[in-house]
Amino acid sequence: MILGQFIILGAALFSLGVYGVLTRRNAVLVLLSVELMLAAVNINFVAFDTYARDVTAGGQIFSLFVIAVGAAEVGIGLAIVLLIFRNRESANVDELDLMKL
Amino acid sequence: MEWFESGWGLSLVVFLPLIGALVVLAIPKAEEETQKWTALLFAGASFVLSVLLALRFDFGEAGTLQLGTNVDWITAINSNFHIGIDGISLPLVVLSTFITFLSIIYSWEHWPEPHNPKAFLVLILILATGMAGTFVALDLILFFVFFEVVLLPMYFMIGIWGDRNEVTLPVFNITTQMRLYAAIKFFLFTLFGSAFMLLGFLVLYFKGGRTFDMLELAANGAEGMLGSGLAVWVFAALALGFAVKVPMFPFHTWLPDAHTAAPTVGSVLLAAIMLKLGTYAFVRIAIPILPEQSQNWAPVIAILAVIGIIYASLACLAQTDMKRLIAFSSVGHMGFVMLGIATMTPIGINAAIIGMVAHGVITGLLFFLAGSMSHRYHTREMARLGGNQKLMPIMGAILGFTAMASLGLPGLAGFWGEFMALLAAFSPAAGLSTTLFRTLMVIGAVGTVLAAGYLLWMLQKVNFGDPKDEWAGHEFHDVDIFEKMAWVPLIIAIIAIGVFPRIVFGATNDAVIKLVTSAFGG
Amino acid sequence: MLQLLTNANTLILATEEGGHAAEALSDGGLLASMAWLIPVVPMVAAFAIVFYGKRMPYKGWDIAIAVMGFEALYGTALLLAHIASPIAHDFQVEIARIGSMPIEWGWTVDGLSIMMYFLVGVVGFFVFLYAKGYMEGDIRFTWFFASFTLFAGGMLVLVSAPNMIQLIVGWELVGVSSWLLIGHYWEDHYASSSAIKAMLVNKAADVGLFVGAIIVSMSVGSFRFSDILHAVEGGAAEAPLLAQFAFWGGLALFIGAMGKSAQFPFHVWLPDAMAGPTPVSALMHAATMVTAGVYLVGRMFPLYLTDGFATEVRAVIIIIGGLTLFLTGLIALVQDDIKKVLAYSTLSQLGYMTAAMGAGAYTAGLFHLFTHAFFKALLFLGAGSVIHSVHSNNMSDMGGLRKTMPWTYRTFLVGSLALAGIPLFAGFFSKDEILASLNYAIGKFSTADGGSSVATIVLILAISGAFITAFYMARTVMLTFHGEYKGQAHPHESPKIMWVPLVGLAVPSAVIGFMNWPGLTSTFTDVVGGRAVRVLDHHATEFDYLMLSFGLTAAVAGGLIGMRIWGPDKETQAARDTFRIPLLYPLLENKYYIDDLYMDGVIRPIRGPVARAINWTNGYVIDFVVNGAGLLARSVGKVVYWFDQRGVDGAIHASGAVTGAGGGMLRLLQTGKVQQYAILIFAATVILVAGLVIWF
Repeated sequence: MILGQFIILGAALFSLGVYGVLTRRNAVLVLLSVELMLAAVNINFVAFDTYARDVTAGGQIFSLFVIAVGAAEVGIGLAIVLLIFRNRESANVDELDLMKL
Repeated sequence: MEWFESGWGLSLVVFLPLIGALVVLAIPKAEEETQKWTALLFAGASFVLSVLLALRFDFGEAGTLQLGTNVDWITAINSNFHIGIDGISLPLVVLSTFITFLSIIYSWEHWPEPHNPKAFLVLILILATGMAGTFVALDLILFFVFFEVVLLPMYFMIGIWGDRNEVTLPVFNITTQMRLYAAIKFFLFTLFGSAFMLLGFLVLYFKGGRTFDMLELAANGAEGMLGSGLAVWVFAALALGFAVKVPMFPFHTWLPDAHTAAPTVGSVLLAAIMLKLGTYAFVRIAIPILPEQSQNWAPVIAILAVIGIIYASLACLAQTDMKRLIAFSSVGHMGFVMLGIATMTPIGINAAIIGMVAHGVITGLLFFLAGSMSHRYHTREMARLGGNQKLMPIMGAILGFTAMASLGLPGLAGFWGEFMALLAAFSPAAGLSTTLFRTLMVIGAVGTVLAAGYLLWMLQKVNFGDPKDEWAGHEFHDVDIFEKMAWVPLIIAIIAIGVFPRIVFGATNDAVIKLVTSAFGG
Repeated sequence: MLQLLTNANTLILATEEGGHAAEALSDGGLLASMAWLIPVVPMVAAFAIVFYGKRMPYKGWDIAIAVMGFEALYGTALLLAHIASPIAHDFQVEIARIGSMPIEWGWTVDGLSIMMYFLVGVVGFFVFLYAKGYMEGDIRFTWFFASFTLFAGGMLVLVSAPNMIQLIVGWELVGVSSWLLIGHYWEDHYASSSAIKAMLVNKAADVGLFVGAIIVSMSVGSFRFSDILHAVEGGAAEAPLLAQFAFWGGLALFIGAMGKSAQFPFHVWLPDAMAGPTPVSALMHAATMVTAGVYLVGRMFPLYLTDGFATEVRAVIIIIGGLTLFLTGLIALVQDDIKKVLAYSTLSQLGYMTAAMGAGAYTAGLFHLFTHAFFKALLFLGAGSVIHSVHSNNMSDMGGLRKTMPWTYRTFLVGSLALAGIPLFAGFFSKDEILASLNYAIGKFSTADGGSSVATIVLILAISGAFITAFYMARTVMLTFHGEYKGQAHPHESPKIMWVPLVGLAVPSAVIGFMNWPGLTSTFTDVVGGRAVRVLDHHATEFDYLMLSFGLTAAVAGGLIGMRIWGPDKETQAARDTFRIPLLYPLLENKYYIDDLYMDGVIRPIRGPVARAINWTNGYVIDFVVNGAGLLARSVGKVVYWFDQRGVDGAIHASGAVTGAGGGMLRLLQTGKVQQYAILIFAATVILVAGLVIWF
């Protein structure tokens, strides 16, 4: 069954992303890990879309949305990281606890 | 006129006064004239609309509920905004809007201390909505809401504008101001009854088919669903709630205090309309929904009613305070109404309704008079009055006329209720003890003698003889223009109903026959 | 008595011809169909006088006299038409329906009511005429005529009633307007108290009327007299319910009649009613009010007469009548107030009428009512004329007035002769007819059950009554008009407007008895017998010479002895008038202590201790419970408040503390580090997903 393989690929990619988000200290790498998770989601979308023979091709369209949102997110995310680095001379997320306030 | 007959007219009659209250509330305190005119306008509109309703009312079908509507209200408990009038409620709705209108006219220049017309008018208007609403509600929760709405305005009316004399409670020796004592007694007593009444409603809802609709409850045979063991207690709870409001002996003691302490308009509204809420509820709720239990309890109600007649008349003989005497006489008159209801026959219930209307106009007028007189004499002690006929001839003549109406003079409104109630007691509904009811009939008839006694002696003390020395040199103003405007319609109503009782019976008879037939069969 | 009641069937007395079969009656044409004017005109006029009377040239009297003139003419016209061709007309219009019973207003025109229309109209007209002179200068002149017209109107509503409801309406209107009139001088406490007494005694008897009307109407299912009486005519088998209750219904109705017709023991109101102006007494005690009771018995007569219905009640009626006529006649002997003499005389004569009704003599009872109305009105007006002249009610202030007041004297004498039953005057015929029918009744009573002895005793009382009547009238005439003047004022003849009505009444008092001259005429019998229902009646076709001789002897003897005792000279009058028979005199003086019994035994206890006890109960028992409950609740409330402050608030504070501590612990989780949050989120997601997977 070809769907099973795609799901396994998606799950593996997603798990890698999660691992990256939770363990990496560098904000840039955290962002990259998030991109990995998004890619995993995209794979699932496309796979299920094809599997279900969706005539409206909703899954593929949605994955295009996700790519667009991901690009925007990386753009804004990197800009924030850059600003934080400039202000605090570090891009390590474990040193940032401003959200406590 | 389609909209008018599909419930809007009736809703306007009920809610116009409430809207009026809000408008009056928005008018600055200093502009008393505007407040008065606004209140009069809204009360008048409500009265005119109620008369229009009576004109649109189909008397040929007086037994069916007309001109009403039924829309969702609290869907969670299946309680609807269900209103409508039939021949039984129509006279009472008109009576309530009529008396409210006259009360506002009377108030024009007669503000009790501490003045503040704005607040007073707002309370009158809220009361009006509560009273009219009770007579049109066909849903138990809606009924309950209206029934309770009247409490608070009346509480404030007595508590703020009431009698400021000190009173000492017997036995307990606690001294307090009359208005405070009377207000709290009135409020708690009525609430006490209402609690039981609500309990009864809830049992009806849960055990009687999960509906608060009076018609459905009656049609579905809610009584059968309850089972007789439970129905006894449900009726008792409802009857207690209604009996306090009527009031029936021995739940009547709030009445003399509340009436005596209340400002004139308060007493008038209390006597003329609020007492009818209880008796009306017996006819509208207790009998149709719980017919078997009504029959079971009828002897008890009848006995209490007749005790009330005799007891109140005797108590009247001992009164020295004119207003208190009139208040006690109400207990006796409501005894006749309850006796009529307890016979469970068309004649008896007809008698009860005309008795309610007649008591409304007659005792309402008596309280107006008592209020105006105590306003002029600054006392209600009959021992200090006397020779009123000399000092204020017109006032005296109206007092005499009203007293005659109150003692049930044939040809005036009061006669029909009393005589027809006695008539009905001769042959009560099948299943009730004729011996008991015939005995009660004779005792009740004796009550009319006592009623004549206390009223005639009151007239002798107040109207006749020469004025006491203490009034020498006082200038007394006889009936003023506002009093005339408020009283003349009542006098006309008393004579008109007395001479031509079809004004009331024409609406009620078919409705009552239908009610009795559907409740007891046959 | 009991025996008498149980053996009721033996009391069927009068069975001879009288009255008319229904076919012989005409509907009276326009005259009868416009008869609604009779009650309506005075009722409307009464209000007109209240509102417009003061603006009229004679201050309302003009309206009143016009109304009474109309009534007199209409009554006379109806009477003449009725004599020519008997009328029975009955019209009712429904004013409401209650259950299935209609309530109606209407009017009835038949022999009985026509007789009353005539009586009220004619006597009323003369009394109203006279009242103009008598009330001249009264501060409430207009008001007086308004209530007087209302009074006459009430009586006409009563006699025109074709059903029970309207009868009660008229009945009570008469009652309330009598209250107004007796209490006319209400500044005086005695007057207003007398008015209340009259109304209350009547109200007490009205319990009987109400109950009786209810029983009879409900048993038949209709308020109409025609329905009730036709049910009676149909016999007991046709109307079983009515037959079952007829005794109680009939008795209760008679109790009502006893009130208005002032029968013993309800007679106490009548003498005190003299507190009103004299014209009031004249009308009230002659043609109106007191006749209402007898009228009611007459109206319901078939009920009392027909086998199987209320025949037993007639035993009560005859006994009450006998007691009244004798006992009250005796009291008249000791009165000094001339109006009181006449008042007690009225009571006594009403006793005659009642006794006659009880004996089953419909015509005799009503005939005496008819003649009595004329001569008693005449006597009262004459007395009023005297009082007007000497400014005192007491005969000890009168005497010798025959010279100064010739017209009053002559007419008063005619009235006295008529009242005493001297031959050819009106009272002679009617009283003789009563004696004859009582005698006739004895024969019809069974001797076995004591019934005949009761009737015999009543007959003896009636004959003694004739003696007493003549005796006190002789005394009154002698003390008032003969001898020498004993008062201080300057007596003079009354103005013309007062003595003309006296003459007007004296004529019928003298001649109207000829209407029923046994053996010669039976006009009156035909008049009152002309009804839609058969009024079975004994009617004497010739004199009962035995009774005639007894009655005449008694009357003449009474008169002569009276004249002898209260002789013409001042000394004998003074001497005789102070003569007191021990025991009897105080008994009569105090009216058998019946008034005291009512006052001290009933009224005062009820108004005093009983009412106070009830009021005390209200305050100290019922309100004790109410206030006690309220205060108890307040005490409980205080305890609860203490508990609230110490207990409940403690709990609330404690819960606050717990919440605070919990929050303190939870805030440790909030590090602000993104990755820790992310761990929490993922962990929670995993747990939830795991849970979902396991669950399903």
